[in-house]
Parts: sequence; structure tokens; C-alpha cells
Amino acid sequence: MRAIYILWLRELKRYSRSRAQIIASLGQPLLYLLALGFGLGPVFEQAGRGSYLQFVAPGVIGMSVLFSSIFSGIGLLWDRQFGFLKETLVAPVPRLHIMIGKTLGGATVSVIQGTMVLVICLLAGFRPSTMATIPLAFTFMVLICIVFAALGTAIGSTLQNMQGFQLIMNFLVMPIYFLSGALFPLTNLPKVLAVITRLDPLTYGIDGLRGAFIGVSTFSVATDLAVLLSLAIAFTVFGAYRFSKIQI
Amino acid sequence: MIAAQNLVKTFGTVTAVNGVSFDVPAGEIFAFLGPNGAGKTTTIQMLTTLLTPTSGSVRIDGLDPRTHSHDVRRRFGIVFQDPSLDGELTAYENMDLHGVLYHVPRRTRVERIERLLTLFELWDRRDSVVKQFSGGMKRRLEIARGLLHTPKVLFLDEPTLGLDPQSRNQLWTHVKHLNETEGVTVFLTTHYMDEAERVAQRIAIIDHGTIVAQGTADELKQQTQTTSLEGAFLALTGSTIRDERADAADQMRQVAKMWRR
Repeated sequence: MRAIYILWLRELKRYSRSRAQIIASLGQPLLYLLALGFGLGPVFEQAGRGSYLQFVAPGVIGMSVLFSSIFSGIGLLWDRQFGFLKETLVAPVPRLHIMIGKTLGGATVSVIQGTMVLVICLLAGFRPSTMATIPLAFTFMVLICIVFAALGTAIGSTLQNMQGFQLIMNFLVMPIYFLSGALFPLTNLPKVLAVITRLDPLTYGIDGLRGAFIGVSTFSVATDLAVLLSLAIAFTVFGAYRFSKIQI
Repeated sequence: MIAAQNLVKTFGTVTAVNGVSFDVPAGEIFAFLGPNGAGKTTTIQMLTTLLTPTSGSVRIDGLDPRTHSHDVRRRFGIVFQDPSLDGELTAYENMDLHGVLYHVPRRTRVERIERLLTLFELWDRRDSVVKQFSGGMKRRLEIARGLLHTPKVLFLDEPTLGLDPQSRNQLWTHVKHLNETEGVTVFLTTHYMDEAERVAQRIAIIDHGTIVAQGTADELKQQTQTTSLEGAFLALTGSTIRDERADAADQMRQVAKMWRR
């Protein structure tokens, strides 16, 4: 238990010491929020779907949470490269504990990141329909974080070096984001796209966030919760398995 | 305490370790010498659960690292050849984290961290982030950390690389002391023959993945009819210079250097 705690604390310390990175990581969501929120706003409204800013804000929050959690997992690559990974791998601590400590640390950092983006959204004019469901929104944030931090760990355990990183970015992380319904409604989609969006784990996270924040969702909140919870368990088991197989 | 039988490790077509056997009894200081790329580090990685041997067997305190990795890990400590510190944490935090991972009780941990950081002259810099340290300071911290818990077996993979004579002296004095007072078995590799001769009771010389000779320093000298261990080493391994292949980790380190300017 102590090992899980100290590794969780390590992630937090590393995060709080990288000020420049914190600010840089807020740039992208801000760009999406402002450029798309205000740029596509008029078209969206003409189509009779209401305010696009209201619609896209949960998507942007989901995006920042997705990116920071998946990269926290892939951060294993840096640990491998700077050698710190060896230190944890030879320690008399079950690898499962190491993996859980890192994943929880990454998830905590991502929730902090998501909260900061939420504040930015509020400043930009985003208004949740009710405050009562904010705890539910945070539940979804936490679940998204665990799902993708665990997935990131699985990837980080498998990749040997940074060359594979671009590949993951372009063929996994970006598609997960763009095909999740973060930017467009899931209704009336072409058949193929409809199927793909339903296979994307983030879809249920964004849908849940939207349900909690603005009371609009494609699936029921219970469905979203159930899907994310099962995925969180499945990915954690998968990530732990991959992590246990690491050889230096 | 450490036993290897016919140990083999191949990476694709390259055979890094080719049928190595040795036996280190409890309480002994054993030196593993060899030119670059001879297979020293790969052997240590197999002994310390980081790599699975292609064939052959390993026993640490009678346990197989493949099937009892957790129990084996409880029994040894290691100072790695290449860096393994967290640069974003302070010297103290690196030590503390290690102490927690190795289940050193809180009070002992606080006490030992202070003693070791003082011994290696890092106590004044304990709250500085490690990435600001010079190469020699990082190395000293790495060694201090490796000595924080007292294992049954201590692996030292070229621990004195890049250390000044003062720190080298401190290190070996401390290692000998641990060996004498607590009976810690030590397995070390080094390029400095004088160190091996000074601390090790027995020495094995490895080249191209096989052990070419083993025995006490005197036995090795007799066997090769040379007067110094260095002479014996050269007689056994020849005088050509070896190149190590750059592995994935080295390549990544280069990419990282580029990224960080």
C-alpha cells in the first residue's frame, strides 16, 4: 500500500514541478474551445441545435482528460529511457502495485487538468444546466482517466522507444478523440461512422459528461457508467498484464 | 548464494552470453571483469529478474528468478551501470522512494538516508532536484541509494564509473564494511583492476559471452604468468578494442537529448 501511495505522490510531484508543461497543455483545449466554439457556433445554431459552445465544452474537457491520461501512461517510455523504470522493476513490490500507483497518479493529474479546462470553459461562457450533477461529471472524468491511463500503460509497456509514439498519436489517440462525438452530435450519422463511434470508449465518456453537464445525452447515463466501468476494469487488467511482462 | 549454470542469452542472432557458469558462496565478494560488450551487464540483468535467460539456470539464495521473482527481489540490491534516478525529484525524495519500495521502516529510513547522504557528501544538496546534479553527484546518489537497505546480495554494475578517487575509496570501504559486518554477498563488475584486486576474493574474466578464467587474483596471475591483474586480463582477453552495440535505450536517450535541446 505504501508503494502505491509513494508512486502516486511521485506523479503529482512531477506534475506540479512542470509549470511550463501545465500551461502548454491548456493551449490546445483553449484553441478548440474558442475556434470551434465560436467559429462553428452560427452554423450549429442555424441547424436548430442550440449553442455549440454549450455542446462542445464537455467534449473539450473530455479531450484534455484523454490526452493527459493516455500520455501519463505512455510516460513509462520516459521512465524506461531515463532508467528510473529499472529501479521500480527490481524492487520487491508486486508489479501490479507499481502499475496501480502510476495509473492512479496519472488519473489524478488528469482530473486536475480537466478541472482547469472546466474553469476555462466557464470563463468562456459555458453554463452547466444544474450544479447538482457536477459530482456525476467528476465521476465520469475519473472513469475516463482510469480507462486511458491504463491503456497508456499497456502501450508504454509494449513500445520499446519513442519511434512508435507518433504512430500511437496519429492512429490511436487522435481517432479516439475525433470519433468520440466530442465535436459533433451522434444522431443522424452515416451508418459506418455510427458504428465506429459506438466502438470508441471515449464516446461513452463524452456522452456521460454531456449528460451530467447539460442534461443532453445519446445513451442513458447508466449505460455510459456501465460501459466505462467495465472498460476501466478490463484495461487495468490488460495494462497490468502488459506491465508485468516488461523486460529491460 | 548466487549460482549460474550454463547461462545463455541471445538477442535475435547475437549471443550476448554463451554458457556462463559460476558459483558465489554466501559472504564472498566476487568480481566479474571483461571488456565492453563481453556480457557482464546482460548476466547481471538475468541474475536480477530483468531478463529471462534463453537457456540455463540461475539460483539466488536457492531461488529461481523466473519462478520466484518476487522472493528473489527481496534478497538483493543493485547499483546499475546506467542512470536510474528520477531527475524531477530531489535527492532526498529519490532516497525516500527507494526506502519505501524496499520496506525500510520509517525511523531506520530517516536515519540511514542522513548517514548515507552525509557519507557521500550530498546532505547539503538533499533538497535539490536531481536533474541539476553533476554526473559525479548523480553517481554518488545512485550508490548511496543502493546501500539504503541491507540486502543479502548486492550487485554493483561498474559502480565507480565516473567517480573521483575520494568517492571510490568511500564506496569500497563501505562495501567491505557491509560485507564483513553483515555478511552481504557482493557481485561487482568494474574496469579498474586495482579495485577488483583490492576488494574481491575471487574474480571471473568474461569475454565474448564466455568465462575465460576464474580464481583469486594470484591464481589468475600465475595461470597467465603475469605480474599484475591488468597483465593477466590483457593476456586473457587480447588487446583489441571492443565496440558495444547501441541498443534501443541508447537511441532513445539521443532522441530525448534532441527534444530537450
